[in-house]
Amino acid sequence: MAAGVATWLPFARAAAVGWLPLAKKTMPKPPIDKKNRNDEILFVNVSGLRFQTWKNTLDRYPDTLLGSSEKEFFYNEDTQEYFFDRDPEMFRHILNFYRTGRLHYPRQECIQAFDEELAFYGIVPDIIGDCCMEEYRDRKKENQERLAVDTEAEMATDTPLPPHSTHRERLWRAFENPHTSTMALVFYYVTGFFIAVSVIANVVETVPCRPLKGSKKDLPCGEKYSLAFFCMDTACVLIFTFEYLMRLFAAPSRCKFMRSVMSVIDVVAIMPYYIGLVMPENEDVSGAFVTLRVFRVFRIFKFSRHSQGLRILGYTLKSCASELGFLLFSLTMAIIIFATVMFYAEKGTKGTNFTSIPASFWYTIVTMTTLGYGDMVPNTIAGKIFGSICSLSGVLVIALPVPVIVSNFSRIYHQNQRADKMRAQQKVRLARIRLAKKGTTNAFLQYKEEGGFHDRDHDGALCLKNRSSFEHQHHHLLHCLEKTTNHEFTDELTFSEMCMTESVGYRTSRSTSISSQQGVSTSCCPRRAKRRAIRLANSTVSVSRGSVQELDTLHVHKTTIRPQSRSSLNARTEDLKLNCDDRDFTAAIISIPTPPANTPDESLPPSPAIPGILRNSRSSSFTHETVKISSL
Amino acid sequence: MSGCARRCKHGLVKFAVSVSKLVTGTLNKDKLDDDLELSIVCHRPEGLEQLEAQTNFNKKELQVLYRGFKNECPSGVVNEETFKQIYSQFFPHGDASTYAHYLFNAFDSSHNGSIKFEDFVTALSILLRGTTTEKLEWTFNLYDINRDGYINKEEMMDIVKAIYDMMGRFTYPALKTDTPKQHVDAFFQKMDKNRDGVVTLDEFIVSCTEDENIMRSLQLFENVI
Repeated sequence: MAAGVATWLPFARAAAVGWLPLAKKTMPKPPIDKKNRNDEILFVNVSGLRFQTWKNTLDRYPDTLLGSSEKEFFYNEDTQEYFFDRDPEMFRHILNFYRTGRLHYPRQECIQAFDEELAFYGIVPDIIGDCCMEEYRDRKKENQERLAVDTEAEMATDTPLPPHSTHRERLWRAFENPHTSTMALVFYYVTGFFIAVSVIANVVETVPCRPLKGSKKDLPCGEKYSLAFFCMDTACVLIFTFEYLMRLFAAPSRCKFMRSVMSVIDVVAIMPYYIGLVMPENEDVSGAFVTLRVFRVFRIFKFSRHSQGLRILGYTLKSCASELGFLLFSLTMAIIIFATVMFYAEKGTKGTNFTSIPASFWYTIVTMTTLGYGDMVPNTIAGKIFGSICSLSGVLVIALPVPVIVSNFSRIYHQNQRADKMRAQQKVRLARIRLAKKGTTNAFLQYKEEGGFHDRDHDGALCLKNRSSFEHQHHHLLHCLEKTTNHEFTDELTFSEMCMTESVGYRTSRSTSISSQQGVSTSCCPRRAKRRAIRLANSTVSVSRGSVQELDTLHVHKTTIRPQSRSSLNARTEDLKLNCDDRDFTAAIISIPTPPANTPDESLPPSPAIPGILRNSRSSSFTHETVKISSL
Repeated sequence: MSGCARRCKHGLVKFAVSVSKLVTGTLNKDKLDDDLELSIVCHRPEGLEQLEAQTNFNKKELQVLYRGFKNECPSGVVNEETFKQIYSQFFPHGDASTYAHYLFNAFDSSHNGSIKFEDFVTALSILLRGTTTEKLEWTFNLYDINRDGYINKEEMMDIVKAIYDMMGRFTYPALKTDTPKQHVDAFFQKMDKNRDGVVTLDEFIVSCTEDENIMRSLQLFENVI
């Protein structure tokens, strides 16, 4: 019930006294209302703007934030007011809702901001008054459309394929988005070229060429060079057939594909050729055959895959179907009326062109569209008068639906433009987001390198840069996660390197020498070692993720590797094991990455700060050889 | 015949005027401006002190009441249509318009088709803070539709039917067609002491004071405000 009715309720209850003498039974006891009847003024402070209102006003809607006890959470004891850290301009409208019972939508505000405020204050948007409901709905729909377009654009084209897609999926993707791979692009342009060739051939073969020797008549080129044209046609149709079959094969849903417009156009484009092959050279049938050749012109519609403008036009016509229908209907009515009138007006004239009403249709159409060929003209005065009225009304009838169609086209066109712009902006935005993300991860890695995890009384504490408490806590959280999963964070570069080297296999090219030293590393590691070790560890992690099997199998070997020379290292790059000082049974398979550009080339001991990189439960006592891998 | 000719001439004149307007291209002036002026009628109540003196409410209560009233009806008066709408919201099951009509007449002491704040608050004062006699008198006025000082069977039938209309169709036990009549007969049985077919004010008050149930129920409605 509306709040306004609540005001009248005590009054209606009081009026119930009028039923008492009539009542057959005693009245029930009224509910006891312990509420304090006295009204008081509440202070509501919204971002500094102070509002005051009666408590009763807010109590009118008990299922909203301000009407329920939820507002007590925002009560500030010191200032004796309710403080909300929200938009004060919007709050004005919210409070007006309580006062008047009608929610209005402020037109200059963003629809999403308004919705958020409503959600915060617990007000359902359905109660927006009739005066503002239409505007609100329109804006909301527009906003949703825009967001839908964005997410669609985001998801549709440039997302990378899932790694395990079949050939069929890849093929379909290549067809739908030609810019994803070069092959697709090449195919796209080739088909476009052949469509053009086919259309031009169709046009040129009707042009009269110079006649053959000995004959006077001009021959159309199609008949003169019939073999050449036939070959060209065959080639085009072969390409189109191949393309259609490929699309049919690759389509995720064949039935849906076969029903789509483009597929129908494809079929119609190639059918005449095959029918022509099948049909014999019969005189009777060749009439029908000629009509079939007309369908070849539909190949021009295949361009709509290549041209966005054509697609927009088609879409506009589809969305303006009702306006076009109206235009057609009103024109038909007007044509019939005027044709009848003209026929009867010109009936008396001798040798008139207006032989019947259908014959007058032609005159009416030509006049209404202001073409005025002049092949049919009225002679009588009445005919001329009606003829002029006809042309005037024709202009009006045609001019009326045109602006609607134009506005539809403009809206769709702009939407398309916006979609393209959005896609371009999206790329830039995603790149920026990726950069920012990389920044934070790098910050964490750097934090680790700089010995942030050591105790504060370490010397390294001084070299810790100034970081906010937020960052400290964030890093601590990431560190907790690392400890939980027993894996470490790495950066993209190293990870991709690891993947590459793993796939490539043994690495032979190494610019720096890899020396191996057997030695036990100490607990204190220099900074660089740590970094490299981390990289190493991470690479270990990455490799191991992909090749745990190898890890297991290689454990069995238990070979002690003494990679003294490069060659031996080459041979057994996959068997290097790391030493851990504290007897953590860490087995690691490392494939040596290509040395990154910024590393110095000292040899250094592997750090024991990679304990627990990979705790393989199966690693029983291994003798570890320390392998020093330098220049990593 | 002459009326017809007059009407034809009138129609012809109007047609000629509209054609001339079309030809000369004059635009239609807005007719809305006339309508706007009629709707702004305002009524202000008497002062707070006077109302306090006239009714049994104190200042604070009057303030709360007036604020609510003014919020709902900024023009200061309630007309019958609004009244009916409000009542139909309270009793959505059935048709409350008839009863609302009678109630409206009971409130509208000046009988000019609109309830002002004074009427509103006076009636409330009687119903909630008045003596038993005052309440019963008010009820008698409600039942006495034509204000002749007597309640006869037809008036009572109307009132009872209106009340049963508010119940709607879906009741338990189901309403029969003669239920109102039975109710009225029972009422007259109780109230009409001298069996003359009408109930006077004194008969009404005496009968009600004798009835325990009614007296008890009257006390329940004190705390509505």
